[in-house]
Amino acid sequence: MIQFGLSGITHGSVYAIVAIGFNIIYNTTGIINFAQGEFVILGAMIAITLAGVLPLPAAIALAVAATMLLGGLLELVFIRPVRHAPVLRLIVITIGLSILMREGMLHVWDEKVRALPVFTGTDTSTVTIAGAHISTQALWVLGACGVIVAALTLFFRRTTTGRAMRACADDRMAARLCGIPERWMVTLSFVLSAGIGALAGCVISPITQTQYDMGSSLAIKGFTVAVLGGLGNSMAAVAAGLLLGLLEVFTISQLPVAYEEAVSIVVLLLVLVCRPTGLFARPAAGAARAA
Amino acid sequence: MRLGRYVPVLIAAAAAVGLQQALAWREATHYLTQITMAAYYALVVIGLCLLMGYAGQVSLGHAGFFAIGGYTSAVLTTYNLMAWRDTPLIAAGRRLGLVLQRQDLYGADILSFSPWVALLIALLAAALIAVLIGLPILRLRGHYLAMATLGFGLIIDRIVLGTPLFGQADGISNVPPFGLFAGLEVNGRAMFRVSNYYIATALVLGAMVLAINLVHSRVGRALRSIHQNEEAAHSLGIDIYRYKLAVFVLSAVLAAAGGVFLTHYNASIGPSEATVMKSVRYVAIVAIGGMANLWGALVMGVVLNFLSLRGVFGTYDDAVFGLILVAIMVLAPEGLLRPSTWRRMMSQVRQTMSRRDFRKPAPSPAAPPPVEAKVHRE
Amino acid sequence: MSDPILETCKLNRFFGGLHAVRDVSFRVRQGAIQAVIGPNGAGKSTLFNLIAGTLAPNGGEVFFRGRKITAARPHAVARLGIARTFQTTRLFGQMTVLENVMVGRHVRTGSGFLAGLLNLPPTWREQRAIEHQARAILDDLNLGSCAGELAASLPFGRQRLVEFARALATEPALLLLDEPAAGLNIYETKVLATLITKIRDRGITCLVVEHDMSLVMDISDEVMVLDQGATIAEGPPRAIQRNREVIRVYLGDGDAANPQS
Repeated sequence: MIQFGLSGITHGSVYAIVAIGFNIIYNTTGIINFAQGEFVILGAMIAITLAGVLPLPAAIALAVAATMLLGGLLELVFIRPVRHAPVLRLIVITIGLSILMREGMLHVWDEKVRALPVFTGTDTSTVTIAGAHISTQALWVLGACGVIVAALTLFFRRTTTGRAMRACADDRMAARLCGIPERWMVTLSFVLSAGIGALAGCVISPITQTQYDMGSSLAIKGFTVAVLGGLGNSMAAVAAGLLLGLLEVFTISQLPVAYEEAVSIVVLLLVLVCRPTGLFARPAAGAARAA
Repeated sequence: MRLGRYVPVLIAAAAAVGLQQALAWREATHYLTQITMAAYYALVVIGLCLLMGYAGQVSLGHAGFFAIGGYTSAVLTTYNLMAWRDTPLIAAGRRLGLVLQRQDLYGADILSFSPWVALLIALLAAALIAVLIGLPILRLRGHYLAMATLGFGLIIDRIVLGTPLFGQADGISNVPPFGLFAGLEVNGRAMFRVSNYYIATALVLGAMVLAINLVHSRVGRALRSIHQNEEAAHSLGIDIYRYKLAVFVLSAVLAAAGGVFLTHYNASIGPSEATVMKSVRYVAIVAIGGMANLWGALVMGVVLNFLSLRGVFGTYDDAVFGLILVAIMVLAPEGLLRPSTWRRMMSQVRQTMSRRDFRKPAPSPAAPPPVEAKVHRE
Repeated sequence: MSDPILETCKLNRFFGGLHAVRDVSFRVRQGAIQAVIGPNGAGKSTLFNLIAGTLAPNGGEVFFRGRKITAARPHAVARLGIARTFQTTRLFGQMTVLENVMVGRHVRTGSGFLAGLLNLPPTWREQRAIEHQARAILDDLNLGSCAGELAASLPFGRQRLVEFARALATEPALLLLDEPAAGLNIYETKVLATLITKIRDRGITCLVVEHDMSLVMDISDEVMVLDQGATIAEGPPRAIQRNREVIRVYLGDGDAANPQS
């Protein structure tokens, strides 16, 4: 039982990281970046390739940096020129970008399933906690999730840039009037969430392995978590991520594997329909009746 | 009554005949096969154009409806009912011609539903599922709707892949031809090539006539007004939710019809028809055609699917769709088939040439029409 | 007072901790022009949205022609005969002026989805009638010349008139006008005043939220003053002008605040 729980928490924290990536971009732009899952896979793929020639930490660091660079570039080239376009158009653009990234990865890394080596110890090394065996890599995943959340909290609370980004999230116009370079904050949000996604891809790769087309399934789970926690609320996303991870493990033990994704999709549809503001939000104060 | 709007239909019909004659003259009628297939995909695109371009509701799950149509028909027309041959229900079905007996490739007797019954059930199933799915999710907007429809598409994809009844990764093959009437049948064999080309053309142009009628009708105006300002439309007495649902169901039925006919034409259907990438393709085609532009969507639907089916894009098939999608949405959101797009692109090129200043962005091609400018932040 | 066309009874609406409309009860007389005034944030627009069904009240009732319409959906309210214009005009910008007004006829016509798809003779006869009526309304408001233009391309003042035309096309018994003079110049406001009285003279009751005091005092038969969500005065314009409480709210205690702000 605890074994299942730990596995659920491990997967859940990855979903949480993906969800945080969604939230960062959503907060500064109001856009859902459909290419978020591809950032995760891209980071892992680059790291896997680099790990062949570099020590593992350097490979991961470079992979994250490269993905961040790409994230920033994508924003500058494809999003910035159309920032104020209707939502429909922005959605379609990020969908197009996700296809391009996926196909690009297919041509660079083909269809083979790859994986990073585990960070410490061997594939089978485990730590025993409360009678359950947990692989050391799972600890790395949990640690990475914790570090990302802590670092982001510090960044958004304590640094000027982080506060400026929060200001943009609250009121873009007011932020601009206060002299905050709102456009660069948007670019920065793409850079950040690309980096976070890439890091998530690296730590999970030894466990789930990596294939070019796994991004969309990660994206939909990450989005489910983001919505479950309330879009834009990263702290709640962590809780929601763990919740979905646990839910998934327990249902998969009962259902055929092919329906694995169905669990999160059903959760997504239920949340969207019943509580689109998320599980943890107070009932929307005075929201106009939706159509 | 204005007949002018039907003139393009006649032109398209004439062009279709001309194309067939030209291909026959060049002895290149094998192209007709892919054109026919592309035409069935175009049925999906026409429906999605109504939903997305006119009513402004995005769907990333229309391959799901295509698959519902195709798979329902495939299962019903291939599932062998021999074991129940003597039950009163099946016996009655046989007498009424609803259940047909034929022989498969190996000469074994197969008793299965007539394609007409299968078509009817497939369309009803698509409509029913569209209502069930649409009731909750059409209350959502923007990103939420996109993700919800994407989720629906993924579920269909997984069901198709995971259910033995649907053949899992192999799909369903040996689907019989669909005998229509007067000796016409939807059949992919070479000897039926020309007649099937005309069947597909007739179906597509028929759907176009219906779509054109709808767009110019009271309902069509209501749909467009919902797209442009939901609250104003609502305050004018338009039950926006009901209209969204109705057009969602219509587009689902059109997609399912495309699925049914293509399945009979190909004699098979596989799980690749249900993937999210297919759904995205349909969206891409509508976008490239210019969103609220039925003819643009139709032309792009036939041309791009034809090129794709011919394998022109090779292994870059999906990448090409992605690239076109991004390029169009960034540079020419009104689609490729609008003169205004060309004028603006030319003037931009000229400006860029004369200024030679690449750092300064050209006057944003993206400047949205004022009414659409607000970014929803639900 | 003859039977009121619209009556609210202790309407309440909260936004989180903000009590935007509190215990508002008022009646609108059939065939009158009634104005609702008050400083910014007084709850005027919220009150409008409660009547039009855009918002649901947290408490209280709304009656229209003696029938309870509390929390009815906007399209149902429109069907019963209440039309509205918006503070910032909300035209269908990428449709022509004529089409905008034709959408206004939606609620008084009936051809459905199937009819739209098939376009049989009854449908196109209805279509022709809709177009005919829409043109008549446009001509009536001197907008006939721009029938074929895209609504978004019109100057602001004309857009407002098109919104009027669109609302009138629904054949309302009650017209809700949300700050109709906002953004108009003096000349346009004069035209507007004539238009509103003309509409009233045709038997359409008008409920107007407005900042422009001179317009309100010129045209209204009855004025209600809201402050912080509550009614503080009601009566004919002359009485309101002399009402101490109203003056205090608008001018502050001895402050020379701008009454228009």
